[in-house]
Amino acid sequence: MIAAQTKTNTNHPRLRRYLDSLKFGLYCMTHPLDGFWDLTHEKRGTMAAANTILILALLVRILKLKYTSFIVMQVYWEDLNLFLYLASVLLPLGLWVIGNWGLTTLFDGKGRLGQVYMATCYALLPYPLIQFPLMILSNGFTKDEMDFYSVLSVLSLVYAVVLIIAAMGQIHEYGVGKNLLFTVATLFSMLVMIFLLMIFFSMVSQGVAYFISLGRELLFRM
Amino acid sequence: MKKRMKIVAGILLAGMIPAASAAASAEETSYTYNYDYWGDVQYSPDLYTVSKVFTSTELGLDVKMNNPGGLYVYNDLIYICDCGNNRIIELKRNSPEDLEVVRIIDSFEGVKEKNTFSNPTDIAISEEGCMFIADQGNARILKLDKDLNYLMQFDKPVDNTLDPAVAFQPKKIVIDTADRVYCIATGINKGLIKYEADGTFSGFVGATKVTYDWMDYIWKRLATQEQRAQMESFVPTEYDNIYMDYEGFIYAVTGAVTGADLRSGAADAVRKLNLMGNDILVRNGEWGMYGDLYVNGSGGGYEGPSYFTDVTVMEDDIFVCLDKNRGRLFGYDDQGRMVFAFGGNGNMDGYFRRPEAVEHIGHELYVLDAQDCAITTFVPTEFGNLVYSAVDLFDQGKYKESGETWEKVKAQNGNYDLAYIGIGRALLRQKQYKEAMEYFEVKYDAENYSKAYKQYRKQWVEDHIVWIIVVLLAVFLIPMLIGKIRSLKHEIDTDEFFELQKQNQN
Repeated sequence: MIAAQTKTNTNHPRLRRYLDSLKFGLYCMTHPLDGFWDLTHEKRGTMAAANTILILALLVRILKLKYTSFIVMQVYWEDLNLFLYLASVLLPLGLWVIGNWGLTTLFDGKGRLGQVYMATCYALLPYPLIQFPLMILSNGFTKDEMDFYSVLSVLSLVYAVVLIIAAMGQIHEYGVGKNLLFTVATLFSMLVMIFLLMIFFSMVSQGVAYFISLGRELLFRM
Repeated sequence: MKKRMKIVAGILLAGMIPAASAAASAEETSYTYNYDYWGDVQYSPDLYTVSKVFTSTELGLDVKMNNPGGLYVYNDLIYICDCGNNRIIELKRNSPEDLEVVRIIDSFEGVKEKNTFSNPTDIAISEEGCMFIADQGNARILKLDKDLNYLMQFDKPVDNTLDPAVAFQPKKIVIDTADRVYCIATGINKGLIKYEADGTFSGFVGATKVTYDWMDYIWKRLATQEQRAQMESFVPTEYDNIYMDYEGFIYAVTGAVTGADLRSGAADAVRKLNLMGNDILVRNGEWGMYGDLYVNGSGGGYEGPSYFTDVTVMEDDIFVCLDKNRGRLFGYDDQGRMVFAFGGNGNMDGYFRRPEAVEHIGHELYVLDAQDCAITTFVPTEFGNLVYSAVDLFDQGKYKESGETWEKVKAQNGNYDLAYIGIGRALLRQKQYKEAMEYFEVKYDAENYSKAYKQYRKQWVEDHIVWIIVVLLAVFLIPMLIGKIRSLKHEIDTDEFFELQKQNQN
């Protein structure tokens, strides 16, 4: 009885905080500068809410495959790999977070790695919020009316990008010029990381192949 | 008793199934195929089967055919231009299995000299029966009456853009109902040469689009005058063959184009020209009309895109192009969707070595092979006849019957996109929009789907207009009412009269 009591007591404020922080995402969408400042400085955001938004975005991306009108989205199911499809979001996101943190931490950015991740996820909110209703609406359009769809669809992406840039400026306490400079620099660092990863994987695979062939050779000789 | 029959039948079937599947797996590729929405090859039941192959021996010719080049059909007469022997062979089609030589045309009356042919490459016949013969070696197009008397001839056009030193080499000709002659000549790339009925040259029509590479263009810009003169100039490509359909439109094919240009749409393998020489071919298909889509590498020793060397147009606007590169026939419908593709290079019946010309009588196809010196006759199979009758029924406005026939086609080949779209179009005409939408969606036909959906949406709105208005009113009125009630309640709560009453009670 007492245990149950304490449980609800401790659970309730945490749930409340989680829901509040999730709702705060909407405030960030409409007041990016103010919202993203408070997100970290006033601790209005939570990691749980950030993860929720990311999962929502991924979920909408998967749902879109099936439920968007075939007029704008034709899916070749035979070749679809869901994990690769999700990786096309998660890999750039990971590279962005690491690249941004790695650079800004050297140039007095105030944001920590977790905060960069949290702010970026919060900035993705327009994607599920616009794409989900649009996905349902797309089934009510004919081919000629699909311009409406494509405009809104592009808008959701542009909105998210603008929010990401604004968020980075606020959590690192950068001015506009410095913020834009580091946005470009982060994109460049992402390319460098991809390059290094590719070299790493090809070296490793060649190294492994070398030892495998060496082993085969030995087996043949013995 | 019945039960026992069933068991017997079951045992029989069980015995047959492995045998049947073994036979099916033995044949890896099918003779006939098609491309689906994604451009994947979908094997298909045959639309055509070889009826008979006629070589010189089968036709009973004393002198064997030598490099025959042209084929023409006039009612039930088939003309073969036997270029190597300077003669034209007239055949009568009694049935697809029975072609009979009527006469061999190798000279004509009415002129003193040069009354024989030299490399006659093509023939066309007017409605009155006058023969027009492209006499390439003698640099003229002859007009003869049906008893082979000389009437007139068409010579090299007088035009100051043509080099007078170069010989006139008419290659392919067609004539329209007013006896105007359209001609392709070797070395002339300005389009089709058009002659009036009286023999005067009246201009060029329908030159192909000029294509060029951006890199070449930039180089040319940077080059000096002398260098530029040495480079290849950007010129239109020559047509390889022409065909005049029953409506008087000219179908022209060309093979001298690159695969990249075909895929990007910079060049066309087949065009439909109106009188002005503009291309009016309908291209609603998902893929371009240039034969095989995948031609990378050199499978079987054949490289490059399909080389369309001839085209023939049937009465239902289905036209068949002949690819001399891989020896295949490609049929397209009036919307530009592929109906069939079949054939190949080889020595078996139904395969070719160097096919040059294709013609049709009804839905039968006649293909002339220049290397084998043989005519192959193709007749539609049961499946082919179903497809044709579905198309014809739709053209006649019998949409219900057409839909039913497409259903039968679908039952025989479930991978046939045309069948689904055909059923959908038939349903659309019968105003069964929802059903039509389902068929279009399966095959990703956005254009037709939108047409059906627009009607369906309109109908839905009309049927549910009362409910829509009720819901809309509810959405607007209920919040308004709630607001009104609240303000009323507030007014009542704060009204002086009641306040006074409260005070009085106190």
